[in-house]
Amino acid sequence: MAVVTLTIDDKPVSARAGDSVLAAAREAGIRIPTLCHLDGVSEAAACRLCLVQVEGRGRLQAACVTETAEGMIVRTQTDTLREYRRMILELLFTEGNHVCAVCVANGNCELQSLAAELGMDHVRYPYLNPARPVDVTHKQYAIDHNRCILCTRCVRTCDEIEGAHTWDVAGRGTLSHIVADMGQPWGESVTCTSCGKCVQACPTGALFRQGSTVAEMTKDREKLGDLVTARRDKKWTV
Amino acid sequence: MDRVKLATVWLGGCSGCHMSFLDMDEWLIDLAPRIDLVYSPLADVKEYPDGVDVALVEGAVANEENRHMAKVIRRRSKVVVSFGDCAVSGNVTAMRNPLGKSLEVLRTSYLLESAGTNPRLPDDREIVPVLLDKVLPLHAVIPVDHHLPGCPPPAARIRAIVEDLLAARTPIRTADQIRFG
Repeated sequence: MAVVTLTIDDKPVSARAGDSVLAAAREAGIRIPTLCHLDGVSEAAACRLCLVQVEGRGRLQAACVTETAEGMIVRTQTDTLREYRRMILELLFTEGNHVCAVCVANGNCELQSLAAELGMDHVRYPYLNPARPVDVTHKQYAIDHNRCILCTRCVRTCDEIEGAHTWDVAGRGTLSHIVADMGQPWGESVTCTSCGKCVQACPTGALFRQGSTVAEMTKDREKLGDLVTARRDKKWTV
Repeated sequence: MDRVKLATVWLGGCSGCHMSFLDMDEWLIDLAPRIDLVYSPLADVKEYPDGVDVALVEGAVANEENRHMAKVIRRRSKVVVSFGDCAVSGNVTAMRNPLGKSLEVLRTSYLLESAGTNPRLPDDREIVPVLLDKVLPLHAVIPVDHHLPGCPPPAARIRAIVEDLLAARTPIRTADQIRFG
């Protein structure tokens, strides 16, 4: 297996050829914040939180879709990156209606945790406060579009792990939203198998089990990656 | 040392942040000799005084009175702290914003969704402050020096920032001090 050697935050790191910078950094114990990345599904490079600086490249690169290369010099923690990451989070908070205090995922939300971790103690931009619906037509689960950050983890999980491809993204710009099948209520979807993997994949309180109230919606996101590994390696016992 | 002139204010919020302030329990006894509580819903003071050192402001800016008060606070205070999620982000108070401007919000609340036996808009402007069309976080109305998120901020978190401000230190902003919700 071909191996490449690169430098991440002044630390020499070796990676398998073809690995992403994100994967190499994780293996070396260097934490790069992510939201749309989910172990077990393909990368979307949608959230831009994993932006890093690569020497010799003028633009910032999303670590999840940047392939490692021999001699590459990567920086994951600079003032510029910290400022951009915080800005990205602030814009995510302005674009939807993220009211942590009354959210089902309060305390179990990756957006909320990252905001605290990356030093977002307030949002400098005006809140858009969009009018967004909540779909409770499914008998077990519900989708609250107010909390959706369009990371598309649910879309990829449903397509790649469950193989149903119930979810997709419709609309453009700030009007983009997640749809079931051709845009009908989730409860009327003919492709949804009610497996609930999308609910586990969701980083926020956008997808939740019905009946969950504030802070009750815990998620077990690692199970999805474990499932993919088990299928690939035919190892079903822990 | 002179006592620090502390004010706490209640704008468009539920008073939960003030309840959490009281949750500092016996530390309030240690705090008492170090401050003058010059204005607060917990004290009977009618007029926001001049020369306030530290103001903890709970609640979002939801109506004309809140907006007027915010400006008074800024003019008369050295350090203004957004106290809790409503002041910092609008939070629950701002959940009316997606419903539309103030008249649509009032119609929805008093005539349509939850109209009782006597549906009527609260329109007595002499008594009830006029709602702003959009609920705003405090820093959208006046410059704010520090942000103290939390719904409510836990007592330990309030104590940490008050201790820092009394000692004229820059408050620490680690993840456990700034978590929303």
